[in-house]
Amino acid sequence: MTNYAYVSLIPLLPLACFVVLGLWGRKRFKTFSGIVGTGSLLASTILSFYTAYQYFFVDGKVNGVYQHIIAMKYTWLQFSPNVSIDMGIMLDPISVMMIVVVTFISLMVHVFSLGYMKGEERFATYYAFLSLFTFSMLGLVLSTNIFQIYMFWELVGVSSYLLIGYYFDKPSAVAASKKAFIVTRFADLGFLIGILILAFHAETLDISTLIERLTDHQSTQFVSITTGSLLGVSILTWGLTLVFIGGAGKSAMFPLHIWLPDAMEGPTPVSALIHAATMVVAGVYLVARLFPVYSIDGAALDIVTYVGAFSALLAAVIACTQTDIKRVLAYSTMSQIGYMMFSLGVSRYGGENGLGFMASMFHLFTHAFFKSLLFLGAGAVIHLVHSNDMKDMGGLRKFMPVTHISFLIACLAISGIPPFAGFFSKEEILTAAFDSNKLIYGVALFTSGLTAFYMFRLYFSIFWKKESHLHNAHGEGTSTMKIPLIILAVCAVIAGLLPFSNFITSDGAALETHINLVFSIAPVLLALGGILLAANLYKTENNKPEKVAAALGGFYKAAHSKFYVDEVYIFVTKKIVFNLIGRPAAWIDKNIVDGLMNLIASVTEKISELIKGLQSGKVQSYTLYFFAGIVGLAAVFIYLWK
Amino acid sequence: MNISLLVILPILTAVALLFCNGLKQVRTVSLIGATVQLALAFALLILYWNERAAGNTAQMLFESSYTWFAPLHINFHVGVDGISIAMIALTSFIVLAGVLMSWKEDRMPKEFFFLLILLSAGAYGFFISLDLFTMFFFLEVAVIPKFLLIGIWGSGKKEYSAMKLALMLMGGSALVFVGLLGLYFNTDIGGGVHSFDLLQISQMHIPVEVQKMFFPFAFAGFGIFGALFPFHTWVPDGHSSAPTAASMFLAGISMKLGGYGCLRVATYLMPDAAHAYSWIIVLLATIAIIYGAFATMMQTDLKYINAYSSVSHCGFVLLGIGMLTQTSITGAVMQMVSHGLMTALFFAAIGMIYSRTHTRMVAQLGGLLKMMPFISTVFVIAGLCSLGLPGFSGFVAEMTVFMGSWQNPDTMYRIATILACASIVVTAVYILRAVGQSVMGPVTDSHYLGLKDASWNEKFAAGLLIIGIVAIGIAPFWLNELITPATDTIMQHAVKLVTLK
Repeated sequence: MTNYAYVSLIPLLPLACFVVLGLWGRKRFKTFSGIVGTGSLLASTILSFYTAYQYFFVDGKVNGVYQHIIAMKYTWLQFSPNVSIDMGIMLDPISVMMIVVVTFISLMVHVFSLGYMKGEERFATYYAFLSLFTFSMLGLVLSTNIFQIYMFWELVGVSSYLLIGYYFDKPSAVAASKKAFIVTRFADLGFLIGILILAFHAETLDISTLIERLTDHQSTQFVSITTGSLLGVSILTWGLTLVFIGGAGKSAMFPLHIWLPDAMEGPTPVSALIHAATMVVAGVYLVARLFPVYSIDGAALDIVTYVGAFSALLAAVIACTQTDIKRVLAYSTMSQIGYMMFSLGVSRYGGENGLGFMASMFHLFTHAFFKSLLFLGAGAVIHLVHSNDMKDMGGLRKFMPVTHISFLIACLAISGIPPFAGFFSKEEILTAAFDSNKLIYGVALFTSGLTAFYMFRLYFSIFWKKESHLHNAHGEGTSTMKIPLIILAVCAVIAGLLPFSNFITSDGAALETHINLVFSIAPVLLALGGILLAANLYKTENNKPEKVAAALGGFYKAAHSKFYVDEVYIFVTKKIVFNLIGRPAAWIDKNIVDGLMNLIASVTEKISELIKGLQSGKVQSYTLYFFAGIVGLAAVFIYLWK
Repeated sequence: MNISLLVILPILTAVALLFCNGLKQVRTVSLIGATVQLALAFALLILYWNERAAGNTAQMLFESSYTWFAPLHINFHVGVDGISIAMIALTSFIVLAGVLMSWKEDRMPKEFFFLLILLSAGAYGFFISLDLFTMFFFLEVAVIPKFLLIGIWGSGKKEYSAMKLALMLMGGSALVFVGLLGLYFNTDIGGGVHSFDLLQISQMHIPVEVQKMFFPFAFAGFGIFGALFPFHTWVPDGHSSAPTAASMFLAGISMKLGGYGCLRVATYLMPDAAHAYSWIIVLLATIAIIYGAFATMMQTDLKYINAYSSVSHCGFVLLGIGMLTQTSITGAVMQMVSHGLMTALFFAAIGMIYSRTHTRMVAQLGGLLKMMPFISTVFVIAGLCSLGLPGFSGFVAEMTVFMGSWQNPDTMYRIATILACASIVVTAVYILRAVGQSVMGPVTDSHYLGLKDASWNEKFAAGLLIIGIVAIGIAPFWLNELITPATDTIMQHAVKLVTLK
């Protein structure tokens, strides 16, 4: 067995980079910061690939199963003799896959940003935050302890906050960063309480032990968590659902998705990072990490399934109506993450039943490439036209050939056209859904058609449609911006050809899968139909889109307004939380609670005013009181002794 | 090591200050005094570790006792365990940071620094006392300077605030004193002689009815210092009127006297009553946490924001104590240390902003990050610590309280824990609101463009506090190991007595 202690360097290098750039970047490194950040991440990436090689090919399987390896573990905070937070590194197929994806995509973003962010005043800070983001996500995926996940989870949240609010003098960026943090924080509350519940019953925070105890039907912990119930729902379901709420927040599942479209206020390469490799896949990863426990609880899995499928559909519908290219991509992310979620939901543990799990991870893997490619491409476009709105674009294919071709590849990949990467993973998801739940299959199929439509609507609107009048022919930007696009485009073509099911399955054993050609006819035809429809509507300038929109009437308007979810949130926060809870609390404190204190003080003062007259210093009145007292006492004594 | 030095040294510094002239001399002497305090606290920490490592399992280390007033058996009895050490270290950090933050205090500097140093003497004395009367004496020593610091060097409606603070804290002291006397007259160390000695009292079993009678006095009395709902109203007014260093001392040290007293005196010596009344404590603490957080959300003045958030955060201390599990009590102590450092940092940041912009109103500030990256970063760090971000001390302390509270399986206590957890969302709302409006966003006033970033003393003070926060946040195990044996003793003692009954 290899000694995997060096794996700790993979997250620690970005951390060191964050500290160094954070403390001295602005003054010492300046424009050199980008090189420092990219260099350290390159080292991490190489180590990740080396780790994957070691793990999958050198150590390989033991008894046909990939092992869970605890590369290191330190007790970080001991709560009680058997419950502690440990900091450690766990290697298993999904964590190894994730470190490769995270470091690779992050590296592409780092390289792209060298050109994209050139000349920014806070260039060093930007790279420091990128490093922090990468560090947090790496720490998250390598966790051995559920509380370790929670900690890095929060760090992911704050790094995204810092990056979304990078343009801090723009009020919209500040609002978006706040929104992202608060919405995910709200979801994290569910995660936290879920952890408290699971940890209390499992009597541990260690992931492996927790899974072991909660899946063993004989263990006392299992009995304790399944016999108890609250409101007719078992404690296990409560715990898992609450944990899933945390995951749904980070992964932008309905109704916690509202932060994601606004998160594009950050620099575009950051969106690529958030949408492809970090943050939004964290929720999927969380469910996958605890999947053995989820798989024994049908109710919790159903919630995952339906939330995922509904989000996939809802986001796809909204994406068809948006005109901001980053918003379209944001909703497409939400939709694709929905696929990953329901794919986990329809899966079971082990063997052929675990197809959904494998498909979900596969889709996470392929999606990372084409989604980062789409965002970086969008970044290059925005860099050229200085606008996010597709109305300001059109005919750009002549000005930016590399971006054009790579964007087209990514669109084909996300639409599930063979032989691009998305086709393979989406096929597996559809098969898994078909095998277990026909309703979900139907939704997934319809959504894949919509996906092709809105992606090509985007593609044609940017690169075709009208002839552009751009006069500045400075083109696509620096080579540091083009190279990542090319690399990612290559990945988006070939990533699907990996024999993924040999490596990553629910139980670690290889899974036989094959593409059923007959089965793939329907989704591919639907996707092609979507593309043709988009070409018909958007390839040239015409008034058909307006007509379609008018024909759809209220539905179009509702979708365009994102189904008013934001308005509901604003109503709840402004009208209810602020006006009905916050304001009265502040008022009560000032007037009633403090008023009571002031009342006590003023009553005391009044009483002293009253009795201070007695201490007048006049001997005559003292003598009077004295005699009155004697008479009074005498009267009492005489009366009592009678 | 004779730990009485911790009291003697500040007193000597204070006396030396009386012979100084001018700001320069005064602040130099104060700085030297504060630095020596910090060194002393660290020496004590190291010696304590060594003693423990060498296998000394005595409850209190470095004990010494001097007869003070023989007829009533009042002794100057001092000693420390892990909890006191943590508090002493906290105090020394804040004193040094406070002195540095007052570097340019040119209004009656001699008197100002004299009072600050005197306050620290009171705090150290309080934390090392093992005699209830001595403890009470030092509690009073720590109250009086605050009245003067706010009344003379304060701002806004300072007379009102100073008076309110002094009266409420004096009221608290009076309650504490009743509680202490109640304990005293129910002790018997042979021959009908009573005792104020904390360790001696802990060995006796105070009758349950007596405990139930005097526990509320002691707990509520100390609770007033620790912002117990509904006696917290001195906090917002007191803090907002106080000068920066006094705010730091007030929130960082004085409020901890309360939590420490609730734990060390009320809960430790009267465990039966603590058990019987724990639901009230939990109820009031939960109210303070949630209601404080919501009240914070509506504040518009940075100092009020931090003061109300202190009410909410100090609620965690009382919640941890009220939950009566070992983990939750450990969490309560951690929260005291964490909150002390964090809130001092917050007040330091607010002070730096106020001294430049001359306003603390959130709506009038904006875009400070552009001109003052250091100060703004400090402000953001304090905010992130306050909202419980991992890597900072607040997270560690809050999570320990939550984990400990959840171990109390009673349904009502569970609900209280969930409500307390919910405050992390509200905290995020008000912190991000304050951060978003004051340091981010467009620059609201063109006068701000010419403002200077932090000076060396301010950087030093903030850096010191940040080091403390991050040291706990990244490596909490040392603090945990320091505190756990002491909380273990308290819990075992409580369990023994409660089950004996």
